[in-house]
Amino acid sequence: MPARIRPLSPHLEIYRWQIGNTLSILHRLSGVALAAGLVALCYWFISLAAGEASYRAAAHGFAGPFGRLLLVGWTFAFFYHLLNGVRHLAWDVGLGFERRARHVSGWLAVFGAAAATSAVWGLLWHFARL
Amino acid sequence: MTLRTPLGRVLGTGSAKEGPATWRAERVSSVALIPLTLWFVAALLALPGLDYATVRGWLAQPWNGLLALMLVAVMTYHAYLGSRVIVEDYVHRAAPKLAALLLLRFAYAALGGASLFAILRIAFGSSTP
Repeated sequence: MPARIRPLSPHLEIYRWQIGNTLSILHRLSGVALAAGLVALCYWFISLAAGEASYRAAAHGFAGPFGRLLLVGWTFAFFYHLLNGVRHLAWDVGLGFERRARHVSGWLAVFGAAAATSAVWGLLWHFARL
Repeated sequence: MTLRTPLGRVLGTGSAKEGPATWRAERVSSVALIPLTLWFVAALLALPGLDYATVRGWLAQPWNGLLALMLVAVMTYHAYLGSRVIVEDYVHRAAPKLAALLLLRFAYAALGGASLFAILRIAFGSSTP
C-alpha cells in the first residue's frame, strides 16, 4: 500500500493570504530586484571611470523610457527593502511582534516606500536633472 | 528577550556552531547600508546636475570616494549573502547547488572588484582613455 500523501508544511494551499506573508515575499522579491540594480549601479560607476563617451552612453540608457521605468522600480524596491529591513532588525532584537505593531509597521513600510519614491522622483522632475 | 537556551548562552554557540555567523553578517551589513545608501541618494539629489564633469568631480573628492567604496563593498557583500540564501532555499540537488553557489561567489567578486577598481581610478585621478 503506497504511503498516504499528506500536505507538506507550510500548507500553502490552505494558508490564508495576509499582509505578513505578502510583505515577506515582497522583501525577497525586492532584494532580487536590488541585486539586479546593483549590476546597473556598478555599470554606472565603471562607465564613469571609462570616460565621457561611455558615461554618456550609460546615462542615455538610464534616461530612456525603459531605463526610467527600471530606475523608478529600483527606487521603490530600495525604500521598501530599507523600511521592511528595519522592521526585521526590530524583530531580531525582540521588538514589534504584537499583531497591531506588525500590521502598522507593515503598512508604514509600504506607504513609506511609495512616499519616498514619489519624493525622490518629484525632486528629480522638479529640477529636471534627468 | 532571548530565544537561546541557558546552556547555549553559557557555551556561547548554538547547535550549528558557525551557523549564526552568516545570518549575523547579513544583519550587520544591513545596518551599515542604512547610512551608506541614504548618503548616496541624498548626495546624488544634491548635485547641481548628473552630467559627466559634475559626477566625476564629485566622486573625485576624498570623502565621496571613500563612502562610495564602502557602499559598493558592503552592498555587494549583502547582495551576495541574500542571493546565497535564495539559492540554498530553492536549489535542492547537491551538484546544481554547488555550481550556483560558486557562480554567485565569482560573479559578485568580479562585479564588486570591477566597481571598486573604477572608483579607485577616479579617486586617484587616472586619466581617461
